[in-house]
Amino acid sequence: MGFQALLFYALAAVLLTAAVATVTLRCMVRAALCLILAFFTAAMLWMLLHAEFLSILLVLVYIGAVLVLFLFVVMMVERETPAEQRAPFRLSAALVALLMIAELLAVLGSEDFGPAQEVPSTIGSNTQALGAVLYTEYALAFEAAAVALLIAIVGAIALTLRERGEQHRQKPSEQTQASKQERLRLTDGRTEPPC
Amino acid sequence: MIRDLRYLFRSLSLLDLMRGLLVTGRRLTSRKLTLRYPNETTPKSPRFRGLHALRRYPDGEERCIACKLCEAVCPALAITIESEERSDGTRRTTRYDIDLFKCVYCGFCEEACPVDAVVETDIHEFHFERAGDQIMTKEDLLRIGDRYEKRIAEHRAPDVADP
Amino acid sequence: MFDWTTDAAVWLRVAEILLHSIFILVPLLVVVAYYTYAERKVIGYIQMRLGPNRVGPRGLFQPIADALKLITKEVVQPQQANRGLFYIAPLAALVPALGGWAVIPFDEGVWLADVDAGLLYVLALTSLGAYGIIIAGWASNSRYALLGAMRQAAQVVSYEIAMGFALVGVLMLAGSLNLSAIVLAQSGGVLSWFFLPLLPLFVVYLVSGVAETNRAPFDVVEGESELVAGFHVEYSGAGFTLFFLAEYSAMTLVAALTAILFFGGWLSPFEGWAWAEGLPVLDSGIHWWVLKTAFFMYCFLWFRATFPRYRYDQIMRLGWKAFIPVTLIWIFVLGVAQHLIGVVR
Repeated sequence: MGFQALLFYALAAVLLTAAVATVTLRCMVRAALCLILAFFTAAMLWMLLHAEFLSILLVLVYIGAVLVLFLFVVMMVERETPAEQRAPFRLSAALVALLMIAELLAVLGSEDFGPAQEVPSTIGSNTQALGAVLYTEYALAFEAAAVALLIAIVGAIALTLRERGEQHRQKPSEQTQASKQERLRLTDGRTEPPC
Repeated sequence: MIRDLRYLFRSLSLLDLMRGLLVTGRRLTSRKLTLRYPNETTPKSPRFRGLHALRRYPDGEERCIACKLCEAVCPALAITIESEERSDGTRRTTRYDIDLFKCVYCGFCEEACPVDAVVETDIHEFHFERAGDQIMTKEDLLRIGDRYEKRIAEHRAPDVADP
Repeated sequence: MFDWTTDAAVWLRVAEILLHSIFILVPLLVVVAYYTYAERKVIGYIQMRLGPNRVGPRGLFQPIADALKLITKEVVQPQQANRGLFYIAPLAALVPALGGWAVIPFDEGVWLADVDAGLLYVLALTSLGAYGIIIAGWASNSRYALLGAMRQAAQVVSYEIAMGFALVGVLMLAGSLNLSAIVLAQSGGVLSWFFLPLLPLFVVYLVSGVAETNRAPFDVVEGESELVAGFHVEYSGAGFTLFFLAEYSAMTLVAALTAILFFGGWLSPFEGWAWAEGLPVLDSGIHWWVLKTAFFMYCFLWFRATFPRYRYDQIMRLGWKAFIPVTLIWIFVLGVAQHLIGVVR
């Protein structure tokens, strides 16, 4: 058993523990933090596979941004759901879990999901290799994903951005453009009555 | 339109921020105004009113005759006096407390005093370490008077010299 | 079982890496300690004061006195605080701030790790720093701390995007994610450093760096005027010290990265000038990197002494409505320019 194997088993143990804790912990904030740990260890496992680009991207995108927002929301609503409210979801939760296990087994069992080709070791950094493939062979899929994301962004903004009539909004751009002449009128105090 | 463009240029060029940075940057090398306090002090007014003291006559007799005028005039009710006849028949205080937390350092007590017994010195660097220490007893006040008599006399000289 | 003999070389390598880390971390912590002293001095000077001058000559031992004071102070744990997380939070803030130094190239060939995706690694670590603050805010069981944590979460996520886009420009010019490759791509004197073609991106990066490290004028996370001390209200003694260290080492890291990404790292500005050739000090070397980093570290203090704190909605507005469009436009301009000139790497 070499050094890499030792690292692998240590990381795998942490990953499994964190994943189990994510599902079983009652406190949502702690569950989210365990999820972060799970993601992080998974990233480290990828690093062991020399997939450093993907591994760092996982940390950057999921841990650095997505889960921050997760935590943000969870902290706001943080309250344990009482047992009687959880009960109705048991069946559906079990169904979803079974479905996911079945899917995973199908993926692992079938031969279609193996590596399409052996990764050539001469290609240099896998960041470059990934970029080359992404922007040539899979350019269409990549662009389609980008457009889908853009639509989602626009949709999210459209849903939240609504002008309510009675609302008074500050317009900083107008505020900073104000000049002295507009706001300040000098009178001698006698000829004109104070307004 | 022109105004919008001008605004856009101004906010994108960060000119205002640069100007602010220049102002502070120039201050970096300017003369410093800090007083190196324990080594340097600012001049104090000759009328400065600080820590209280009870004075004595040159022969060592305490000046205070327990007339209680200071107690009466004190606007903060910081002074407490009890008195008794001494063996030689003079009236003297048995207790003379000033609560320095109540005191507002108005100086009425020293103005009221007919014998210049209670005075406010120019000492302002004093502190208390335990609750209760702020009540200066007669002994404390006399000790301050004894210790700083020369300084007190100098401090009051300009007023005494007045015709 | 684990075979110790065949893997002796690996263990030796691990020990070597640990030793090298110590060689980086110890000077770094000394720098961070004296950064606090520099901050008080610089801000004092700008406000026409003298700053600390009582402990040692010119107050030079002040950081040591501060450290001793902070470490010997009682660690107060608030009632009903989440015990484990309360103590993990300061560490979670400090570790990413120190971890980023693993890939920083100090000089030609002088680095701990030459990671291919070094830039991404640093970006990922700076975003991880947010967790320390978020966890601290939640675990303290205090409203002020929680509000600070919320602000932090939203702020970091927003400015990370602008920061990432600003770095895309660097990538386009350098054609590599590797930090030493990025520095080498800037060789050829001061005119070929990246800050010239990337001026808007450089400004965005520097300001986002200030926002990511929660420094004035973006320090609403602490916001003493409205949130007392924000996320670290409940921390005292060693916990507070660790947050302090984390903040200042993150600032140092951002300054170091700015020097590397936009100002040519260890390269001399006189590179390629005939008269400067062969002169000992003007040659490229670690001293140039130190000089540039020190300047940007000074900028952090200068900003703090100059600008009043932003209102929270203004911070968000600046991040989303000013920085992100500016970076996107400049990336586009850069792409077109590269296509026209034909220097696509």
